[in-house]
Amino acid sequence: MAATEAQFHVLAVDDSLIDRKLIERLLKTSSYQVTTVDSGSKALEFLGWNEDERANSNEAFISSKNEQESSILKNIPVVIMSSENVPSRINRCLEEGAEEFFLKPVRLSDVNKLKPHMMKAKSKDIQKPEKQEKQENNESTEEASSEIQLQTQQSHQTAQSNNKRKSMDDGPTPDRTRPRYSGFTVMSN
Amino acid sequence: MEVDQLQRNFLEYTNLLFREGFLDGQFSQLQLLQDESNPDFVFEVVSLFFEDSERLLNDLTIALDQQNVDFKKIDAHVHQLKGSSSSIGAQRVKNTCIAFRDVCLEQNAEGCLRCLQQVKQEYLLVKTKLEALLRVRVPHLFSLEQQIVAAGGAIPMLNDFC
Repeated sequence: MAATEAQFHVLAVDDSLIDRKLIERLLKTSSYQVTTVDSGSKALEFLGWNEDERANSNEAFISSKNEQESSILKNIPVVIMSSENVPSRINRCLEEGAEEFFLKPVRLSDVNKLKPHMMKAKSKDIQKPEKQEKQENNESTEEASSEIQLQTQQSHQTAQSNNKRKSMDDGPTPDRTRPRYSGFTVMSN
Repeated sequence: MEVDQLQRNFLEYTNLLFREGFLDGQFSQLQLLQDESNPDFVFEVVSLFFEDSERLLNDLTIALDQQNVDFKKIDAHVHQLKGSSSSIGAQRVKNTCIAFRDVCLEQNAEGCLRCLQQVKQEYLLVKTKLEALLRVRVPHLFSLEQQIVAAGGAIPMLNDFC
């Protein structure tokens, strides 16, 4: 019988092309499946959120107490990265649910720290029946694909980064059905 | 034989760049990520750095040339340049950017112009040195002639990386 290995998938979000290339290489070297995007809104798109008009207003991104939304968000562990060591900002993200903070430039030793978070997320999956179903339907391997998102925080507001910053700081609106992913979100600044 | 000598040159040259502070440990990290399946990784990342930096330096020049200098915009550009230089290990460029941001905070336009000059200088220095380095390290991307020239010491500017 062929041994099946969990396919851990990381979604890396960073507006810097160089950093995207770096993080991609770091993750692939560590045997993760990688997708890179350049903004928070693209990350949400990738995860199945569709932008609509309301998405551009603040209200759309205010965290909702909605059960479904918070369970979806909890399923994807988030790790944040930044080139700046600003304790207040970092702590705020950790309080909002980020698992860990990496100071950029990220190194292989940092990427090695992702594994335990992945395993924890994966084991959470197995405990919940709804997710198990999803696992069975997963076509790539027998085990669930755990996913990690690496997302960049912008320390500077530009027209483009507004959406991303909002989407990073607050939760997205939950009112559409979309595929649920278990895994990680790693945010980078 | 020739290849061995080139490789020795490469090591010596890299060490020199580390000693002189042009490169820091992050550059070594890049080298660690290069292997048989990604033999041109360092070259690719450094090329991206060159493109990115030249764009940012150009944007900075334009921004500082304005009647009303937008210091926030300048800080944003410098922050980006600091980030990318840090990511490839271009230490002196990074440090110059750090100083630049401080001057920017003071909203000192003249100071910023001086900083821009400095960053441009540091960038050109590290660019020349990295180009020389990469000619030796990635011989299959360069002509033999260029390799010989590089090993000999005279370093022409490389205009395209294709």
